[in-house]
Amino acid sequence: MTETAQSTEKDERVKEISGFRQALIRPELGGICGTIIVFVLFAIFAGNSGMFNAQGIMNWGTVSAQFMIIAVGACLLMIAGEFDLSVGSMIGFAGMMTAIFGVTLGWPMWIAILITFVICMAIGAINGVIVIRTGLPSFIVTLAFLFILRGFTIFIPQQLQNRTIIGGISEAAEGDWLAPVFGGKIMGWFFEMLANWGWIDTFTRGTREGQPVVDGLPMLIVWAIILIIAGHFLLTKTQFGNWIFASGGDAEAARNSGVPVNRVKILMFVATAFCATIFAMCQVFEFGSAAADRGLLKEFEAIIAVVIGGALLTGGYGSVLGAALGALIFGVVQQGLFFAGVESSLFRVFLGVILLLAVILNTYIRRMITGER
Amino acid sequence: MADKTPIIQMKNIQKHFGSVIALAGVSVDIFPGECHCLLGDNGAGKSTFIKTMSGVHKPTSGEIMFEGTPMNFADPRDAMTAGIATVHQHLAMIPLMSVSRNFFMGNEPIKKFGPINMFDHEYANRVTMEEMKKMGINLRGPDQAVGTLSGGERQTVAISRAVHFGAKVLILDEPTSALGVRQTSNVLATIDKVRKQGVGVVFITHNVRHAMAVGDRYTVLNRGKTLGTAERGGITPEELQDLMAGGQELASLEGSLGGTV
Repeated sequence: MTETAQSTEKDERVKEISGFRQALIRPELGGICGTIIVFVLFAIFAGNSGMFNAQGIMNWGTVSAQFMIIAVGACLLMIAGEFDLSVGSMIGFAGMMTAIFGVTLGWPMWIAILITFVICMAIGAINGVIVIRTGLPSFIVTLAFLFILRGFTIFIPQQLQNRTIIGGISEAAEGDWLAPVFGGKIMGWFFEMLANWGWIDTFTRGTREGQPVVDGLPMLIVWAIILIIAGHFLLTKTQFGNWIFASGGDAEAARNSGVPVNRVKILMFVATAFCATIFAMCQVFEFGSAAADRGLLKEFEAIIAVVIGGALLTGGYGSVLGAALGALIFGVVQQGLFFAGVESSLFRVFLGVILLLAVILNTYIRRMITGER
Repeated sequence: MADKTPIIQMKNIQKHFGSVIALAGVSVDIFPGECHCLLGDNGAGKSTFIKTMSGVHKPTSGEIMFEGTPMNFADPRDAMTAGIATVHQHLAMIPLMSVSRNFFMGNEPIKKFGPINMFDHEYANRVTMEEMKKMGINLRGPDQAVGTLSGGERQTVAISRAVHFGAKVLILDEPTSALGVRQTSNVLATIDKVRKQGVGVVFITHNVRHAMAVGDRYTVLNRGKTLGTAERGGITPEELQDLMAGGQELASLEGSLGGTV
């Protein structure tokens, strides 16, 4: 491959581009810069606050992982050229469905989980089919579902239980084989080992004396890592990944070349719903309850993470790794401001500023790629 | 050419979009190894006609025979699998994607990884560089975005892509309309090369000179109808020009413009 590249004669009209400029033309650039800046800032201002000890890392790691899970779905969908604004409502809806099936109706928890996945992914597919069939912007179609799903999430438990929070999920999931896949923790031995080596703190008092302060890796983080790797692999290494780029880059051109654009887009809506449901399941089994207001505004947070990660709002360009970095920045800043003792409402100010900077940077990068002036 | 059987026979094709009649009964045969020029002015129905041929549109009525059997393509992918490749007027190139990703778009080289269809980047990059070199385009690398190429270069990528996928019929929708002189002659030379390999080329253009340079037969479309097919040597450029524009108006225009059209 490199040999062919070298044997090609030089064209005097093609300017050599420097390695620096080459490095700039990467979707992850914004995410990488942002991550470095954020970590340096908090190392300076919150280095001694416990933010970077085991508990602190687990704290912002968990929050970042939440963002990452939904960002992966939103990223793939955005690269395929569509939005999903119903992610947040889908999270609330999925959690509530599991609670109703598993607690109110008393079904085995694994059945409740599987049925929830089926229902939510079907709704994702409906989103996609409506967008494809009507040709309406996905922005509008999924905005409608934002309200529809949230409405049902409040209405259904009120009708059945006369309240909007359903608890008792942990008890109902006792002994279930599937629930720990979302709510459990793994690799406890690893953290015990770290504690034995003195690398992480142990409890010095109470019933858990001698046990490490971090007793395992939450499945939430495991899911985030799995989804990022799977998403990145799908996008960059597979045939389907090429179709995703093509569908978002120019749907008409892709269709003319024989790419099944409709199928790709609908599947990406389903994938986004899948990610939202994973998020909901992890949340429900962690908290042991489902509430009608869960997932509020998550759709925007997902989209912001994706944009910080270098994806273009217009589709056809982006990176799952970038989106994951965007989510990491998000989580670190949200929790870091708390560690640094900064008024947490400033988080929103930061969010607005970084979103704006990310979009400006992305526009500049796109001009460089396409050679527009 | 009479001893051969046509690859594609389009019989009395009609295509209506709502109340608009885009094609009102067009019949054309494409033989292997010929360059069949399809001429017509803007709005004559050339694009609709080739989209029907390549499976994008279904004809409202009429019959399409592919290698002697009636064909009914569900989508362009079917047509491509059967061996009909199209280079569209709108290029079918995606600026934000790399040349090699574009080159193999819809025809990705597959490397199996368990049940997963992997995109074989190594193969794709190698082939892309080779093919681009053959067409005289120097890429920085196969991951260079198509957006950095000039319009003519993009066209060349699109054509060499179609050629590479060894189609039995190559449909070129105004491939030379956006090109400079040198790149045009490159494209025309490519058409000649492809034709000699036994591929049927359908060359859509409204430039009579380009058509005369490589065409074996000429079919003129005007307002959704064919005005007949002529053999090479059986028609002069002036006659073709007249047919395309519908005759008389152009004749009078030509007078006033001093024969420059």
